[in-house]
Amino acid sequence: MSAGTDKTKPVDHAGAAAAFVADTPHLAFHDRRLWELRQKRDGQMHVIPEWQELRSLASAIKEHTLSRLADYLEQFEAQAKARGVTVHWARNAEEHNATVLRIMREHKAKTLAKSKSMLTEECEMAPFLERHGITITETDLGERIQQLDGQAPSHIVVPAVHKLREDVARVFARTIGGDPNNADPNALAEHARVTTRPLMLDADIGMTGANFLVAETGAVVVCTNEGNADLSANIPKVHIVSAGIEKLIPRQADLGVFIRLLSRSALGSPITQYTSHFRGPRAGAEMHIILVDNGRSQRLGEEDFWPSLKCIRCGACMNTCPVYRRSGGLSYGAVYSGPIGAIINPSYDPMRYSTLPFASTLNGSCTSVCPVKINIHDQLYKWRRVIAERGLLPKNKALSLRIAGYVLASPRLYRLATGAARMAVRHLPRALLYSKLNSWGRDREVPAAPKESFAAWAARNRPVKR
Amino acid sequence: MTVALAIPCFIDAFFPEVGIASLELLERLGVDVTYPQGQTCCGQPMANNGCQGAAKGAEAHFVDLFGDFDAVVMPSGSCVHHLRDHLDAVPQTDRVKHVRAHTYELVEYLHDVLQVRDFPWAEFPHKVGLHNSCGTLRSLRTASMSEMGETPFSKPLDLLHGVRGIEVVMPARPDECCGFGGTFSVAEDAVSGRMGLDKVRDHQQAGADYIVSADTSCLMHQQGCARRAGLPLRFIHIAQILNGARA
Amino acid sequence: MSAREDILARLRERRPDGEFPLPVLPSFPGIEGDLVAAFQQNLAAMGGQCVHLPDREALDPFLCARLGASRLIRTSTDELPGFARTDAVTDPRDLENVHTGIVRARFGVAETGSLFLSGRELQVNTIAYLAQHLVVLLDPAAIVPGIADAYLRDDFTSTNYVSLMTGPSATADIEGVMIRGAQGVRSLTVVFAKPIFTDPTRPADARQA
Repeated sequence: MSAGTDKTKPVDHAGAAAAFVADTPHLAFHDRRLWELRQKRDGQMHVIPEWQELRSLASAIKEHTLSRLADYLEQFEAQAKARGVTVHWARNAEEHNATVLRIMREHKAKTLAKSKSMLTEECEMAPFLERHGITITETDLGERIQQLDGQAPSHIVVPAVHKLREDVARVFARTIGGDPNNADPNALAEHARVTTRPLMLDADIGMTGANFLVAETGAVVVCTNEGNADLSANIPKVHIVSAGIEKLIPRQADLGVFIRLLSRSALGSPITQYTSHFRGPRAGAEMHIILVDNGRSQRLGEEDFWPSLKCIRCGACMNTCPVYRRSGGLSYGAVYSGPIGAIINPSYDPMRYSTLPFASTLNGSCTSVCPVKINIHDQLYKWRRVIAERGLLPKNKALSLRIAGYVLASPRLYRLATGAARMAVRHLPRALLYSKLNSWGRDREVPAAPKESFAAWAARNRPVKR
Repeated sequence: MTVALAIPCFIDAFFPEVGIASLELLERLGVDVTYPQGQTCCGQPMANNGCQGAAKGAEAHFVDLFGDFDAVVMPSGSCVHHLRDHLDAVPQTDRVKHVRAHTYELVEYLHDVLQVRDFPWAEFPHKVGLHNSCGTLRSLRTASMSEMGETPFSKPLDLLHGVRGIEVVMPARPDECCGFGGTFSVAEDAVSGRMGLDKVRDHQQAGADYIVSADTSCLMHQQGCARRAGLPLRFIHIAQILNGARA
Repeated sequence: MSAREDILARLRERRPDGEFPLPVLPSFPGIEGDLVAAFQQNLAAMGGQCVHLPDREALDPFLCARLGASRLIRTSTDELPGFARTDAVTDPRDLENVHTGIVRARFGVAETGSLFLSGRELQVNTIAYLAQHLVVLLDPAAIVPGIADAYLRDDFTSTNYVSLMTGPSATADIEGVMIRGAQGVRSLTVVFAKPIFTDPTRPADARQA
C-alpha cells in the first residue's frame, strides 16, 4: 500500500489510495477509528468553554516564538547547559545522525531504546544507525509494530492505525514469536510488553523526542500514554533528546495552554497518561539534546508557508481529513502524512511531493481543528500554485487546464464544448462513456444530459432586457 | 438596484432546471433580475489546480459581464467562494473588487439581503437531508461547523423551515465532505467515489428520501455515486424546493 | 561556521516580517467546588482509581491487606516504615521485579486527575514505571483546580525530572482497544491520606503543595 519508493518520481497518492480503498475491511476500520478520535476531540472541545481562545493563544505564542526563535534557542541552551545537559546542534539529518552515532561510540554503546520521534523518522536515523551496527528498539507499541513490519508509521500519533489486529498477530508471529491466530489485542499487547521490557532494561542508551522545549526553564517536555519515554530516559545511563528547533515555547506557564490542547486535539483525552519534564540528567547519568534544523530555518523564510512550523504534531488534521481517513498514511509516501504532511513535505522536495497538495478536496476542516490555527487548507491552495508555477504538474493535466482556460474565456468556444459534452452523454454507447478514459465513470454515473442548456432556455424565455 | 443571475457552467450545461428555479424564485420575490447571455465560468477549475494563468481569461470575462451590476447572485457556493476569496488572476481593479464584494450565493442573498423566511408557495412533503458544501460551510459561513463548537446556525435550514411539509433529517457526520472537490473527483477518483458513497449512505441511514444542497456540483457527484450503488435517493437543489417544486 | 552559529544566523536572517507580541496569559475560570470529587472523576476516566480511608491510621492495614505480604513492595515515601524503601537502590533496573511501588504525590490536578511526581518524590524514577502497580498517596488538600494553575507553580523547576501522571500506562495502538499496562504500571491507585513526616530533616517536602 505504500506509495512507492522511487524518489525520482512524484508520489502516486491516487494509486496507493485506490489500493487502500479497495480493501474494504481495512478502509472501514481506518475511517471509523479516526472519526471516533475526531468525535472524542469534539467532546473535549465542548467541555472547555475557552477552547477557541486557547487555540488563539497557542497560535500567538508559537508565532511569537518563531519570530524570535534564535533568541529563545539561546535562552534554552543556556538553561539546559546550566543543569548539566550537553547541547548539540545539527543543520540537517546527516549531522543529527552523526551526532547520535558519536555519542553512542563514546559510550561504546550498541543498543538504543527509543520512544516515538517523528524527527528521527525525518532523519532516517534508524537505517543509518543499523548500518553502523546499532540495534534500535522502538518502545511505543504502535511504532514497535511498524518497526517489526519494516514499515514507516502511517500516522504521527497512532502509527499502526491502518492495521487490524490480525495484521499485528501475523507481524508478531513472524518476528517476535506468538500465535498468528491469536489476535486478541490484550494478548498481543502483553506479548509486546514482555518482549520489549528486557530490551529497554538492556539498552545502553535511551532516546526520546520532545513535544515542547521551554526556553525559560530548559525543560524538555515529552508526552506519552505508555510511559515508554520515561522508561527509555530513566533506565540507561545516557538520555539523548532529538528535537526540532521549532519545538520551543517561551515560558513554563505556556504549557498551561499547550498541554490542555495537545492530547484533547490528538486523541480526545484530557491529557496524556504521562506528561514528563526533563531538565537535566539523573545523578551519575548524562543527558544530551540535539537541536535539529533540517529545513526549518529555510521554511521560516517562506512567507506563505512558515506558519506550518507552529505544528505541535497532534494529528487532529489527519483524523478529521476525509481523504486521509480513506487513503491511509502510507499513501502519502512521506514521513508526514495527511493535511499537515501535504504542506510540510513539498518544502523538502517539491517534485517528489508535488501530488500531495492535490490529495485534498480543500474542504478546510483541517484548519478548523488545528489547535495552533495553521491555515492548512489555504497553504494547500498556495502550494498548488507553487507547483504549477514550477512546472511540476503532470504534463497532460497542465495542458488540459490550459485548454480549459482558453475555452472558458470565450463564450463561443464554451457553447461548442458544452454542447458537445451534452451530445456525448446522450448518444455515446455506455461502453464508451464508461471506458477507462473517463475516471468519473469508474465509481459514479454520469448525469443525464438535458435537451437544452439554461442559456438556451433563458434566450427563449427571458429575452435580454438591457 | 440591478441584479444579475450568474449560472455556473455545469448547471448551464447539465442542470438547467436549477437555473430556471433560481431565476423564477428571485422574480417571485420581486427582484429585478437579469440573466446576461454569454456566461462561461468563474475560473475556479483552473485556479484550484494552481493554474492562475489559465484562469485569467475566464475571470476577466466574468468581471466584464457582471461588473456593471449592483449585485450578482449565483446558485453555487463553491463558485462564490472562488469569486470572493480567490479571484486574483486578474489585476485587482475597482471593478474586480466590486464584483468580488457584491457576488452572493443564492441562500446568502435570500437570507441576508432579502431576509425572506416564508415561501408560502412551497411545499415539499418529503424527508430531506441537507448537504452543506465545504465552500458554503467554511468559507461563506452559511452554517455552523460541527468541529468549531460554535452556537449552531444554518441559513439554508432557516429557509427550508419556511417550506410546508418538509422534514429535515440529520446524518451522523453532518459536515463530512462528500468528496467532489472539482478535479479531485477525477484525479483521486477512488477516494472521491468512496467519500461520495459514504456520504449518501449516511443520509440514507438517517432516513432521507432527498438530499438537498446549495451546490449542484456536490449533488451531481453524490447522485452519480448513489445511482452506481443502486440507492433510491433523489437529489434536488435548494432553489427548486424554495421555488415550489413538489418532487 | 559551527552548526550552532549557522542555524542561529539563518533564523535571524529569515525571521517572519511583522510584530508577533507574546500574549499575556489570561486566567480562565476553572473547576469550582469539590476538587477531590472532580479529581477522582477525571482520574477514573483515565483509568486510575481512588480510595478514601476513614483516617490516617487505616493506611498501613489497608496497604498490607491490599498488597499482601508475599509481594515485592518498594516505597519512596518515608511515611510507611512497614515497607522497604527505594533509597538504597542505585541502579534503576533493580526495580524491575517490584510488584507494587508506593509513592507520595506532591499535589494533584483536578481538571485531569493528574499527579505531580518529581525525582524528589520518586527517589528512583523507575519505581513509577517498572513496578507492575503503583499506589500514590495524595493529600486531598493538595489538589489544584487546573493544568494552567499547576504550571504557575515553581515545583516544576525544583528537580531535574517531573512527571504529571494520569492513570496507568495505556495504549490503544491495536485497533483502538484500550489496554492498561502498555509498558509501565498496569494500575494506578490514589489513596487520599494526609502526610505524616517521620524524617525530621525533610519536614516540608509535601507541604510545598
